[in-house]
Formats: sequence, C-alpha cells, structure tokens
Amino acid sequence: MLLDEPLIFERGSDGRPGWEVPGDTGSAEFGLPPELRREDDLAGMPEVGELEVLRHFVRMSQWNLSAATTLYPLGSCTMKYNPVVNEDLARLPGFAALHPLVPDALAQGALELIEVLEQALAAVCGLDAVSLQPAAGAQGELTGMLVVRAHHVDRGSPRTKVLIPASAHGTNPASSALCGYDVAEVPVNARGLLDADAVAAIMDESVAALMVTNPNTLGLFEEEMEAVARAVHAKGGLVYMDGANMNALMGVAKPGDMGVDVMQFNLHKTFSTPHGGGGPGAGPVAVREILRAYLPTPRLVRDGSGLRWSDDMPKSVGRVRSFHGNFGILVRALGYIERLGGPGLAEATRLAILNANYLRARLEGTYHLPFTSPSMHECVFSDRNLAEHGVHTLDVAKRLLDHGFYAPTIYFPLVVKGALMIEPTETESKATLDEFVGAMLSIAEEARTDPNRVREAPHDTRLSRLDETRAARRPVLRWRPSVTPEQP
Amino acid sequence: MSGYSPHTPTDVAAMLEAIGVGSIDDLVKHVPAHLRASAGIDLPAGLTEPELRARFAALAARNTGADGRAVFLGAGAYPHFSPGVVNQILLRSEFATAYTPYQPEVSQGTLQAIFEFQTFAALLLGLEVANASMYDGASATAEAVLMARRLLPDRRVVLLSRALHPHYREVVATYLRGLGDVEVHEVPFGDDGRIDLAALRNQLGTDTLCVVLGYPNVFGVIEDVPTAAAAIHDAGALCITATCEPLALALVRSPGSAGADIAVAEGQSLGLPVSYGGPGVGLFATHDRFLRSMPGRIVGETVDGDGRRGFVLTLATREQHIRRERATSNICTNQGLCALAVTVYLSMLGRHGLRRLARVNYQSAHATAARLDAAGLTLPFKAPFFNEFVVRSDASSRWEQLAMQEGIVAGFPLGRWYPELGDALLVCVTETHTASQIDQLVRTLQPAAVRSAGGR
Repeated sequence: MLLDEPLIFERGSDGRPGWEVPGDTGSAEFGLPPELRREDDLAGMPEVGELEVLRHFVRMSQWNLSAATTLYPLGSCTMKYNPVVNEDLARLPGFAALHPLVPDALAQGALELIEVLEQALAAVCGLDAVSLQPAAGAQGELTGMLVVRAHHVDRGSPRTKVLIPASAHGTNPASSALCGYDVAEVPVNARGLLDADAVAAIMDESVAALMVTNPNTLGLFEEEMEAVARAVHAKGGLVYMDGANMNALMGVAKPGDMGVDVMQFNLHKTFSTPHGGGGPGAGPVAVREILRAYLPTPRLVRDGSGLRWSDDMPKSVGRVRSFHGNFGILVRALGYIERLGGPGLAEATRLAILNANYLRARLEGTYHLPFTSPSMHECVFSDRNLAEHGVHTLDVAKRLLDHGFYAPTIYFPLVVKGALMIEPTETESKATLDEFVGAMLSIAEEARTDPNRVREAPHDTRLSRLDETRAARRPVLRWRPSVTPEQP
Repeated sequence: MSGYSPHTPTDVAAMLEAIGVGSIDDLVKHVPAHLRASAGIDLPAGLTEPELRARFAALAARNTGADGRAVFLGAGAYPHFSPGVVNQILLRSEFATAYTPYQPEVSQGTLQAIFEFQTFAALLLGLEVANASMYDGASATAEAVLMARRLLPDRRVVLLSRALHPHYREVVATYLRGLGDVEVHEVPFGDDGRIDLAALRNQLGTDTLCVVLGYPNVFGVIEDVPTAAAAIHDAGALCITATCEPLALALVRSPGSAGADIAVAEGQSLGLPVSYGGPGVGLFATHDRFLRSMPGRIVGETVDGDGRRGFVLTLATREQHIRRERATSNICTNQGLCALAVTVYLSMLGRHGLRRLARVNYQSAHATAARLDAAGLTLPFKAPFFNEFVVRSDASSRWEQLAMQEGIVAGFPLGRWYPELGDALLVCVTETHTASQIDQLVRTLQPAAVRSAGGR
C-alpha cells in the first residue's frame, strides 16, 4: 500500500530546533544594518523532526516508478540500468569534497579523469576534441551551435539559417534560435529518412548547419548520411549531430566517419548516469579538428608539470556554466565506460538493437508500425489499429502503468500521429521484454473487448488521471500559508 | 554475456529467431559496410567492479578532497556539512533513476518534491513564483537576462556588476553571443566592495533592460540592493540578483523584498558537495506577473479524477517541446535530483536550523577577519559581508606553494580574476573549518614581519 503524505510545509510544529552544527554561540549579534536584515525570519520554512523528514521523502519516493523499479521504455531517453557502483565512485571524498578552485596540482586525479573521459568519448565518436563543460544535452546543443556560429563568423559571416528535420527534438530548433538562427525544415522521404538530393536542393550559402539526429527520432539510421554531409559541406555548411541516440551507434558507426563536424553526447543516456527525475545530466560536445579552437573555455592541457586548465582560448565561445561542468556526472560516466571497456560498449549497442527489434517483431501487426525501415535501438508505433475502438496512445500509456510498466514516450516524434516510441535498452532481459509484450498485447485485446477499461486507466495507481487542464488554467505553483488546501 | 546486459546465448538465439534474422549483424547491415568496418572502439577491455573501485580510489587519492588540507575556498562553491538524511534520500533509486514525470500518476514523488522545491526557492528568494530549477547559478543568471529581454524587447543594454562572479558574467556573455541585438556593459565596484552607485546611475538609461548584481557579490559583500533597485526601476529597467551562497539569505534581506524582479541562486551550498564544481542547481524566482515569460519546467497542483490532490508539469506552452524555436528557453530538463537535495536539506535544517547555521558562518568568518585585521592585514572592503571576505596579503604570491608545502589553501588569489586586486585573497570560512585550521590561516597570512617575530 502507498501511504499519503502532506507537503513538508504542512507538517511539523512551531519551535522544533532543526538540524544542528557545532560552533553556535547562541549570540544573535550581527553587524548588519536593519535595512539589510532578513525581513521575515524565514516564516513559512518547515519546523520538522528528523524522522518525519526521512519518512516524508521515503513515502514520496514510493509514489514513483523508476528504472530501478521496472522497465522504463521511454523512447529517446535510454533508461538503461544505472550501475550502483558509480554512486559510490562519485561519492569518494577525493572527488565529492574537491573544491573546483584548488591549485591544479592538487586536482591531478580529477583532471586525469576528465582527460581520460574526453579521450574515451572521442574514441567512440571518431571526432578530435571534446569539451565536458555543458551541463545537459540541450546545453551541449547550444554550445555546439555557438561553435558553428563562431566558425562562420571567423570566415566572414555567421550565416542565417539552420536546417532541421521535422522529426527533430524541440531542443534543436530552440537551441538554434538562441544562436540567432532561423530554422528551416528539411523534408524526409516516405521511408522516414533524409534524402541527400532533397538536402542538396535546399542547401545554399545562407545555411550555417544541418542539425540531424542519427539514428533519427523514428529510430532509423540515416542511410544517406554521408551524401547528406557532402551536400552540406559543398556549400560551406557544417553538420551538427544530436547525439541523443548514440546508444545505437557505439561500435556500429562513428559520427566522425559519416561527415559529422560537431555533436553532443548525453551522458545520462548512453553512459548510464542516473536521470534523477530530470537531471543532472551532462552534455559533452565533440568536434572535428577545425572547430577545436571554438570549444568552451577553460580547456584542459597537458604539459611538463602535468594537467592544468588553460584560459588561453581567444576564439572560444566562452563559458556555458561555472567551473568545469557536472563533474560528479563525469565520474559516473567514466565508471560505466571503464567497467564495460571498448568491446563492452559495442556489445551494449548490439544488444540494445537486438532488444528493440525483438519488441518490434513481437508487437508489429497488433500495433501499427508507420515506418518499416530497419529499426536501431528503438521503434515507433502508432495507435492507428486501436482508433476504431476509440482507444488512443494516451490510453495505452496509462493502461501500461496498471501493468507495472512505465509508459513509452508518447506523441513524439510529431511526424507520427499518436506515436508510441519504445526504447527498451540493452539492460533488459528477454523475460522482462516478454512480460512487456504480454502487457501490450493484452491492452490491444482489451481495447477491442472493453475499451472503457483502457480509456479510464490507470486503475491501480495511487492517483487516477490528473487534471492537467485545471493545473494550467488556475496555476497553483507553490504552497502558501493562507491558501493551504484541505486534504480530503 | 558482458557488462550489465543479462542476455544468455539461448535468449539471443530465440530473439533472433523471433525477429527472423540469423545474427545481430544482420540487424545493422543497412549501415554502410565501410562505416561498420571502422567503428571499432579503441579502448581497453572492461574492468570488474573491484578493479574499477581500486582504479577510481587511486584517482580520487590524487586530489585534495579529503587529505586534511585546510581549504578556505568559496568563490562560488561552498563547503558545508550535510545531514545524513540528504544522502540517504538521494540514493533512493525511485528518485535517482526516474526521469521527467511525463506520467504523473506514477511520478508523484518527483512532482511533489519539485513543488516543495519551488516553494522553498520562492520563500528563500522572497518572490512569488519559482521554477523547477535550472542547471546552475551561472546559466540561471543568463536565463534571467534572456527573460528580461523578452519582457523589455525594445531595450538593448545589459549592465553587469563587475563584482558579479566572473563565471556568471562569462556565461551571460556566451548566452547572448548569438543574439546580435544586445550589448553587455560592466558597472564598476566602489571602494567599499559594492557596486559603484554613482557609476550605476550614470550608466542607466532608457536603453537599459536589466542590471545584474551579485548578492552577496563575488567579494562576499552584501550589496545595498534596495538603493540600487530603486535607481534601476527609476530607469524602467529590471533588477536581477544572483546569489552564489544562498545560506546568506537566511540572515540578509531577501532579494524580492530588496527590490529584485528576478532572483537566481546557485543551490549547491544547500546540501550538495562541492564536487569539483558540479553538479549544482540553479534557483530561479520572479513575480507572478512575469510567470508566462519564465523559462524552465514548472510543477503545479491539481486534482485527480476522484478529487485528490496531485501534481503535474504545467504551463508547458512556454517550453521547447511545444513552442520549438519560439520557446522561452532551450532548456529541456531541470536539475531534478539536485533540487531534491536542496529540498531535503532545507526540510532538515528547518527555519531555526538554517538561521542558526547562517549565524555560525557569519560569526566564524567575522571572527577570522577580525583576527587578520588585528594582525595588521588590510581588509580593503568595508561593506558588510557574510561568510567570505577579501584580505590583502603577500601570501597570495605563494598561494600554490603554500597549498603544496604547508597544506593550506589560503583563500583564492583574486588577482587571477581582478588584476586590479593584485595581492588580494578571497577567504571563505564556514562551519566546516576547525579552530586549528583557522589558526593556521591566521599564521599563514599575517605579515612577514609579524611571522618572523613569532607572532600569533
């Protein structure tokens, strides 16, 4: 059973002292003039005991499904197992308690870790230089596109446009816009793929870059990628690859070999760092040699005395965050890479592809597969076969929760109406996949025999379907003492 | 087979048969053969878990994280004790290994925690509404400037206090680099370490869209935000404050009350280790009336089909997955687990614990500063400070040597960021520093004449 739990602000009682540290003299002496002093004595902050706090968050944790709880087949998010050993590694005091401004000589272990991870990522993608500074995939995209812009500015003009396929993740156009670019859509062919001729036809010297995800968001490998890249390069453009789907490519194909000039990794996807309910991640950027000079500052350099940070980067796009990136995430990612090794990474990709194709084979026919090109690490179905029963993608997703699975990514990519985007990852066993297939097939059957049961799902979760319209129409975005709602 | 995949050869054979292919290679044969041929990953074979632990322990041992050195560094990352409960909750797989709460019925733990985080951020920053968090304080500052630009699209000058942390200034510049329509100027600091108000008034104009102040600023100094904000508002511009050390806000006037229109902070100080600078978490708050221009994810309260309270992601029409190139930001996720750390930490400390901790920091730093002053050192800035202060000392020229040979990192040599402050050290003292470490700091920094006379 799942216990209810109020907000932390609704717990506790006035006067609980809270957690204590040594050194309190009890004196209330501050030299602060009254107009600079806190105005409200922190009114509203909770006054709660230690056990109550622990219990509060333990109870709340039990309301979550997670990748450790169950299959979490969220397409394009690569919800693979997050190895617990990496939590221990990141918490080693030599890493966790290391201040980012100590002299470089006192951080050589951390700097070596960063160097080794940069080299490992370069080895995976076949590009020449890597910056680990970006804090997340979207920040990596922004960094990469700023690098593109700096490259063109150096050659006289930033150019004005970025080409992006309609199937792209929303961060791609948003990141391009933040770099001052207009976004032009690239068509895809009937197989769901980019066509080199179509790209060549719209490519001109106003285009700064093509931004492409490979495999694309339909889980399909862009078979004409090299020819596409040649078409872009022919007009002086650059090829940016969104590396969200690198879990499909390790040991199969290197972006550097396909004509990609710049890309970001998502360490929380491909390299197994915990998604944390939405961050922290890390979005390293890899570039071809010609773009190295534009990477964020500072850069790690090795000289006679060891490794050190260098700010001597006159062409750099600058900093995108404070200090040296999400270092704790970098520790975990390198832990994963070294646990698997080169051959193990390639094997992970092969088994991710096997798992996705197995699900595809088991579900195809019952669920409509809009694009039949070969799948890589994920597959995208639609709700077309269920529509006649009035059952839609959202209903399937909610009914899966009753079966104890998290839902796939739904209604994305936008190019598929009612998309169900399923990415099982390589860390799921055949037995788990079979259970998931069983759930999906039973939902399809139920859609025919008892569609209301599906439409009204979920039935077995702590809460039933939540009213999202109400949340947006009358926003209540924080607790306030005066409007505390009564718990029914 | 290998690594973390559970497949047996029998499984693989059965799966290939169900798919109707003979081998995994057949599944990727549409990838051009020459690409596959060169795709090998030139990295060593994998390690076992014990080998991995030994390897990382050796790397960690080459850092000064826990080797007993007295490290008086703040400057944007602050060492504090954290209750055991915080780490215990961060290790809960249900929080750590979930993702974006797209299915709210099975993500209420994450969602309620974010709702509580938003409340904490709004309370601490003294503003009405906060988002689900940003990557860090620096990128949150950049996002605040971009938001100001959306609110005042006809203005084009951004003023950054020179006493704002240089990393924050650099990140703002980076984020604005692609948008050719905005200029960034610095406002100098005055003799007391605060923004030079006369210079600020001179630089403010009808074209100014916002001014960003550190609060406390990079020197640890508490800016007179009410006076600055009044001048900024008189010019029709927006006042943004950026707080690197939010523990200060337990004692000093909240940014909102002091006049900030948008307030951001780095949350690392509230329950997260310094971890060589990341991950941290950006707090972001503003007035209700600016809500629709706010970047980032937001969680809101609602009810389920049976009228029970629950939480969902809301107001998504501002965001990139709906608005694409017209979104308020390109940010996709927040900094979920770090926001959870802040939420648990603030719940544990509570109203009284937080105030008491801030007092310990304030008093410890002030007692240390007083000793250095008494030892004849110059503390150039006379404005109020919190747990960090500037002191001039010839020890700054031997900073690395002292760290390597005498086991003390005696603050941060500010000359690296501010050439005009040549021999200044930025010293941070928190509850983690022991009396003997502080004694060592005083001995190390005191003038050579006093040292050679055996002075203490």
